[in-house]
Amino acid sequence: MLVKKRFDILIFIAFIFLAFLPIPAISVSAQQPTPSPSDDEVNAIASQLFCPVCQNTPLDVCPTQACRQWRDLIREMLAEGKTSAEIKQYFVTYYGASVLSEPPLSGINWLIYIVPPVTFLTGAFLLFMAFRTWKKPASRPASVPNPLNSHGVESGPGAQAEDPYISLLEDELKKRK
Amino acid sequence: MSQESGIASVPKREVPIWVQILIWLGLLGLLALLAAGLMKAGHPIMSVGSQVPDFTLTLFNGYEFNGAAQLKRSDLIGKVIVVNFWASWCQPCADEAPDVEAAWKGYENTGKVIFLGVDYVDTEPEALAYLTRFYISYPNGPDLGMKVSGIFNRNLGVPETYIIDQLGLLHFIQIGPFQSVAEIQAILDPMIAGK
Amino acid sequence: MLAQFGFGVFVLTFLLSLFSLIAAGLGYFYGSDRWVDAARRSMLLTFPIITLGTLSLIILLVTGHYELEYVYSVTSNDMPLYLKIIALWGGQAGSLVLWSWLMSAFASAVTLRNWERDRELLPWVIVVISFTQSFFLALTIFFENPFNRWWQTSGGDFVLRMFAPGGAVAVFPPDGQGLNPVLRNPGMILHPPMLYLGYVAFVIPFAFAIAALVTGRSDDRWIRLTRRWTLVAWLFLSLGLVLGMWWSYHVLGWGGFWNWDPIEVAPLMPWLTGTAFLHSVMIQEKKGMFKQWNMLLIILTYSLVIFGTFLARTGVLSSIHAFSQSSIGPVFFVFIGLTLIISIALLTYRWNDLKAEVEMSSWLSREALFLLNNLLFMSVLIVCFWGVIFPLISELVTGQKITVGPPWYQRTNGPLFGALMALMGIAPLSAWGRSTFTTLGRLLWKPSIPTVLALAAMVAFGVRNWIALVGFTLVAFVIFVTMFEICHEVRSRKKGRGENLFLAFWRLLGSNRRRYGGYIIHISMVVMAVGILGVELYQTTTQKTLATGDDLQISGYTLRYDSLTHIPNADGSSLTSAVVSVFRGGRLLGELHPQFATYPSGETATVVGIYSTLADDVYVVLIDWENASPAQAPFKVIHNPLINWLWIGSLMFIIGILIAAGPEPEKEDLRSMR
Repeated sequence: MLVKKRFDILIFIAFIFLAFLPIPAISVSAQQPTPSPSDDEVNAIASQLFCPVCQNTPLDVCPTQACRQWRDLIREMLAEGKTSAEIKQYFVTYYGASVLSEPPLSGINWLIYIVPPVTFLTGAFLLFMAFRTWKKPASRPASVPNPLNSHGVESGPGAQAEDPYISLLEDELKKRK
Repeated sequence: MSQESGIASVPKREVPIWVQILIWLGLLGLLALLAAGLMKAGHPIMSVGSQVPDFTLTLFNGYEFNGAAQLKRSDLIGKVIVVNFWASWCQPCADEAPDVEAAWKGYENTGKVIFLGVDYVDTEPEALAYLTRFYISYPNGPDLGMKVSGIFNRNLGVPETYIIDQLGLLHFIQIGPFQSVAEIQAILDPMIAGK
Repeated sequence: MLAQFGFGVFVLTFLLSLFSLIAAGLGYFYGSDRWVDAARRSMLLTFPIITLGTLSLIILLVTGHYELEYVYSVTSNDMPLYLKIIALWGGQAGSLVLWSWLMSAFASAVTLRNWERDRELLPWVIVVISFTQSFFLALTIFFENPFNRWWQTSGGDFVLRMFAPGGAVAVFPPDGQGLNPVLRNPGMILHPPMLYLGYVAFVIPFAFAIAALVTGRSDDRWIRLTRRWTLVAWLFLSLGLVLGMWWSYHVLGWGGFWNWDPIEVAPLMPWLTGTAFLHSVMIQEKKGMFKQWNMLLIILTYSLVIFGTFLARTGVLSSIHAFSQSSIGPVFFVFIGLTLIISIALLTYRWNDLKAEVEMSSWLSREALFLLNNLLFMSVLIVCFWGVIFPLISELVTGQKITVGPPWYQRTNGPLFGALMALMGIAPLSAWGRSTFTTLGRLLWKPSIPTVLALAAMVAFGVRNWIALVGFTLVAFVIFVTMFEICHEVRSRKKGRGENLFLAFWRLLGSNRRRYGGYIIHISMVVMAVGILGVELYQTTTQKTLATGDDLQISGYTLRYDSLTHIPNADGSSLTSAVVSVFRGGRLLGELHPQFATYPSGETATVVGIYSTLADDVYVVLIDWENASPAQAPFKVIHNPLINWLWIGSLMFIIGILIAAGPEPEKEDLRSMR
C-alpha cells in the first residue's frame, strides 16, 4: 500500500513536473517573440503601392488611419511569409489596378507605354525629313535680289535684326503696308 | 517653287487637307474627352430610377447566402435589395450597424428583402472583427477592385445605402447613417406592401 | 455692407471689361481710333477698381466675417494676421479673385506702354485680354462668388446667396473652419501668387500673337514686343514650380519634392512649351524662320495654361492638389474649347502668310540644334500630357481606374532630359548658319578633357550606377563647356581692351545679357540636376520606433531620440514635439525638432526636422502622435544626398533669368530714337 501510494505520488509529481516543462519553453518564446517585419520592410513594399482612396499618395507616406491599417496588413502578410509580388497582387485584387504605380500591361494600357516613344520617333523622323528638304548645298543660287537685302541669304525681315537701323526702317514700312 | 521677279516670293502652300483633318479630329477628340470627364465628375452618384447594372459580390467566409459564395444582382431580381456600404474604420457605420442588423432581422423571413453589406476599402481581419462585433448576419463581402462602389457613387463615402427595387431600378439613396430602425422600415415597408 | 460693396465693385469691373472687349472690336471694324482709345482707357480703369474689390475681400477675411461662406471656409479665429490675408487664395473663389486682379494689373501695364508704332495690333490685344478677363470675372460673379453668405430660411434650411432670399435671416457663425493645415505656412505667401503671375503673364504674348494673326502681320514685331513679357511669365512660372517643390519638401513631410501628381504636371506643361518657345523665337529673330511654329508654340503655351487651370479647378482629375468640387466646369470647358478652336482656326487661315523660306545649311548649326531642343521639349510635353490624360481615357473606356506614377514618368522622361543636358552643352557653341563637326570639335575638345577626368574620378570612387555616371558626366560637361566658353570670351576681351579679368567679365555680362543670362541659366539647370540625381538615385530611408535614449543609424549618421512634449489645447488641437539629436562620427551636429500638430477640425500637419549641409539633408519626421510618448516615439528618417544643390541651382536660375531679361544697352539707345 505504501509503495503504491508512493508510486502514485511519484506519478503525480512526474505529471506536475511534465506539466511545468513547457513553461520554460513558453517563457523563452515570450522573451524572444518571432521577429515581426521591420518598418523598413513594410515601407519597402508600401512605397511601391498607392493608397486606394487618397489621391496619388504612396502607401508609405499616407497618414490616414486606413493607410495605417493597410501597412499593418502588409506587416502581417510579410510575417506570414508572403512575397512582395503576392502582397501586391492581393492589393490589386482587393482594391483595383489603381494601387499600382504603373498600369498593368493589359487591355488598352499598352498605349501608355507605346505612345511616347512612337511620338518621339515620329517627331524625329519628321524633323529629319524636313532637314533634308531644307538643307541646300552651299552653292545654291542666291535668291532673287531684295533691295533691302545685302546678305543674299534670307528675304525675311528677321535677317536684318543684326542691323538695327534697317530693322527700324523695315518696321516703318511694314506699318504703312 | 515659283519665283517672281522683284522681292522673292514665298511658296504658297496651304496646310495639307489631311493634316488639317487630323488636327481638328484630335482637338475635337480632346474636347470630347474633357466633356465626358466633366460629366462624370459632375454626376458621381447614380440617379434614382435608373437601372442598376449587374454586379457580383464575393462574400466573406461565413456570410454566404444559401451556400453561395458569390452573389450576382441579377440572381436577386424580384427582391428588394438593400446595399449598405461600410468600413471597419468608419465610426458612423458602427453607429448605424445595430439598427441595420435589427431591421434585417425583421425582413429576413419575409423572403422579399435581402440586405447586402459591402465592405469598402478595408482589410479583411478588421472587417470580420467588425461584423462579429455587431452580430451581423446578412450576406457581406468586400468591394473587390472597388467595382461595386464605382457603380453607385464614384466618390463613395461610408456609410451609404442604396436600395434597389424588385425590378432592378434604384429606388432610394441614403448618404450617411440611418438614425433608427424605423427610418429603414419607413422606406422598405411601402416597397413590399401588397406584393 | 462691405460684402455688397465688394460684389458691386466686381460687377463694375466685369462691365468695364466687357465694354473694353466690345469697344475694341468696334474700333477695329469701324477703323475708329476713338473707340479703341475708349477701350484702352476702360481696360486701364479696371485695375484700380478691382483693387478696391480685392481689398474689400481681404478686409472681410481679416475681420472674421464668418457669415460669408468663403471667409468661413478659409479663416478662423486662431489664425495669425498674415495667414488671414493670404487666405485670400486659400480656396477656389478667392484664388479666382487673385487671378482676376493679377490679370488686370498686367492688362493695365500693357495699355500703359507706348502704342504709337503698333496701333494696328492694339484693338485685338485688347480684345483677347478683355475676353479672358471677362471670363474670369464672370466665374467670380456667377459661379464662385466669395461674397456669398449664409442665410437661414423660414423653413430652417441653410442656403448660400448673395442677397437675402425672402423671409430669410442672416446667420453669423462665431468661428470659421480655418485654412487647411498644410497651407498654413509662409511658403503659401509665394507659391500660388508666383504661379498665377506666370500663368497670367502668358496671356500677353498670346494676345499679341492673335493680334498679329488677325491683322495679317507676318513679321516678328509681336515677338520683339513681347519678348520681355515672355521672359517675365517664364520667370514667374519657373519660380512657382520651384517654390512648389520647396514646399512639398519642407512642409508636406514625405521626404521628396516632386511626385508627378497630375496637378504638379499641369504647370510644368506650359513651362516646357514656354522654354521651347523662348529658344525658337531666337531663330525667328535671327533668321526669320519658323514663324508658324512659333505661333503654334505660344498658342500651345497659353492653351496649356488654361488647360492646367481647368484640370485643377473642375474636378476632372483627382488629386490632393485639386480644389474641391465646383460648378465652374461646364463654362470653363466652353472657354477652353473656344480658345483652342479660334486659335487653331486663325493659325490655319494665316498659315501661308507666315511661311518664309527656310534654309538650313548645316545639321549642327544653332538653328538645327534649337529645333532639336524643340523636338525634345515637345516630346517631354507629350509624355506629360499623355500621362495626365491617359487615366481619364482608361477610366472612360474600361471603367478601370489606373495610376500613372513616378516610375513611368522617370523612365520615359529620363533619356529626354539627358539628351537636353547634352544639348545644353553643345548648342551654345554652335554658330548661326554653319557649324560642322570640325568647328564644334575644336571648341569641344578642351572642355571634354576635364569631363572625362570627372567620369574617371567617379568610377575610381566606386560609382557604379550607370544613370549616375551618365547624369553627372553630362553635368560636368555642361559646366566645363560653359566655363571654358566664358573664360575664352573674357580673355579675348581682356586682351582686346586691356581690362582686368573681373571688369572684363562684368562688362561682358552687361553687354551680352541674353547670352550670359543663358549661360548662367544652363549651368543652374545642371546644378539643379545634381540635386535631383542625388535624391533619385541615392536616397535612403528608415523607419523605427525609438525608445528614449535609443538611436538609429542611417548613411553614417546616428540619430538619438531625446524627449517629447505634448501640448493639448482646449479647442481640441494639440502639438506634439520631439527632440532628436544628430551625430556623425560621434560628434553632436545639432538638435532637430520634428513636430506633429492636430487641429480642431481633425486635420493634421507635420513639421519636419531637417539637418542640412551642402552634401546632404538628414530629414526627420515624427510619424504619429497617438503612438508617441516620452517613452517611445515612431520616426521616419530620410537621407537625401545633394538635395541642397537643387535649391542653390534654383537661386542661380532666378539670377540668370534676371540677367537675361535686362535691357541690352545698344538696342535700348536705338529704341529711344523713335
